[in-house]
Amino acid sequence: MCGIVGLFLKDKTLEPELGRLLSEMLVTMTGRGPDSAGIAIYTHGTDDLGKITVQSQDPNTDFAALDADLSEALGTEVDVKVKSTHAVISLPENMVSEARATVQELRPGITVMSAGSKVEIFKEVGLPKDVAARFDIAQMAGSHGIGHTRMATESAVTTNGAHPFSTGPDQCLVHNGSLSNHNNLRRELIRAGQTFETENDSEVAAAYLSHKLDRGSSLGEALESGLSDLDGFYTFVVGTQSGFGVVRDPIACKPAVMAETDRYVAFGSEYCALADLPGIETARIWEPEPATVYFWEH
Amino acid sequence: MQTFDLSVQPLRELNQALHEIGDGSNETSFEVLNPRGSHAVAVGIDAPVDVDVRGSVGYYCAGMNSEATVTVHGNAGPGVAENMMSGTVIIKGDASQYAGATGHGGLLVIEGNASSRCGISMKGIDIVVKGDIGHMSAFMAQAGNLVVLGNAGDALGDSLYEATLFVRGSVKSLGADCIAKDMRPEHIELLSGLLEKAGVNDVKAEEFTRYGSARQLYNFDIDNADAY
Repeated sequence: MCGIVGLFLKDKTLEPELGRLLSEMLVTMTGRGPDSAGIAIYTHGTDDLGKITVQSQDPNTDFAALDADLSEALGTEVDVKVKSTHAVISLPENMVSEARATVQELRPGITVMSAGSKVEIFKEVGLPKDVAARFDIAQMAGSHGIGHTRMATESAVTTNGAHPFSTGPDQCLVHNGSLSNHNNLRRELIRAGQTFETENDSEVAAAYLSHKLDRGSSLGEALESGLSDLDGFYTFVVGTQSGFGVVRDPIACKPAVMAETDRYVAFGSEYCALADLPGIETARIWEPEPATVYFWEH
Repeated sequence: MQTFDLSVQPLRELNQALHEIGDGSNETSFEVLNPRGSHAVAVGIDAPVDVDVRGSVGYYCAGMNSEATVTVHGNAGPGVAENMMSGTVIIKGDASQYAGATGHGGLLVIEGNASSRCGISMKGIDIVVKGDIGHMSAFMAQAGNLVVLGNAGDALGDSLYEATLFVRGSVKSLGADCIAKDMRPEHIELLSGLLEKAGVNDVKAEEFTRYGSARQLYNFDIDNADAY
């Protein structure tokens, strides 16, 4: 099982409601996976500022004075906003990769969830409604986002095993299905310089796409080549800084339904995820074709 | 007429009411409001009643139906009319994967498109799709008729037994052991009857191609004995 959702806004007036709409969509998918849940939101960042979302099992210790320690180590102004077990670190965009390494040196207990200039990822073990409330997702504004509720099959139920997975700047992926060639592909990607946090098959798909994007592919091209290189069952929804894509494997057992209006493009594992969206009565609703890449760009 | 509003009433109340209809009941008509993609709407009915569902449904709508006429005024999720025994199920919009799977009898009409695996393992049901159907449709279909006014996707009728398939448009590819066959007068008559039952008046049976089993796969062939 697993339930996945995605929402890509075309109408800027909907942007203040992105977090609320996306978390409501995800809550309707609870029955498809009660193990853990996560949401990635592409916010409007501040010019020249980058951000890193980090997670800790011991936030009181790890996040205490993190802003001051990081600021001193990097020699620049750093802002840290703590949200439960996660924190969003803002700092000059050109220092994101250096900061990422420094954070892990300063606080070995911290895991980096995402890095870039727009994306923030929040994920935890628990039901979608509890995870959404814990991070106050409903209050978040943004241009697009994706979400996942997990029924684990391939690896342990842990925070890091939850989706979305982010393996490149402002990139993330959610997956419904299971990959059968992930171990071999992981070895190949490690040789090519990708790093992995988990044993999870979906992280391999995310890293595969990051690797392709890093080598100059567009999102559409990366998804297209995934159709021949990724073996198994999958419906993927992916986000990049300005784009949103969907692809299903050629067998297409994993369910998917999409809706498009002048105001948004929405994805749900089931129609009930879309049923409360504004204007759904007159939306174009369709099932994405197998082995066909769909993507939208701002 | 009884009306169930699923935004305020639980689904089980609806299905329980439908299951409690006794012989000779005066309750012959039901309306379901605000289904909003609910699963298992109007499953397991065993009475000649009419059910109108106003909106789109999720998984397994009208599954195991006997005698009832269920009309969905919207789209249907996976497995609509799965294992239907008799009666009629009409989908005004599109249907997701495995529509009419394993159906034993009755008529399923999909006015829009059906996606993959439509009529998989059908066992006597008649399915009429006014739009297109997806890949692997009628896989291992055993009996009954699948009529498609539009086009069929890849691997139509793979490992087909004795179901009959009629496609008016193109077929992307045929599955193993599925072949085009002649339209003889009895097939024109059969198809004309099915089109009429499905309320299709503007299309002629002569426009369709019939597909069926080449019967090479499911018959034991002594030359293959070494393979067992």
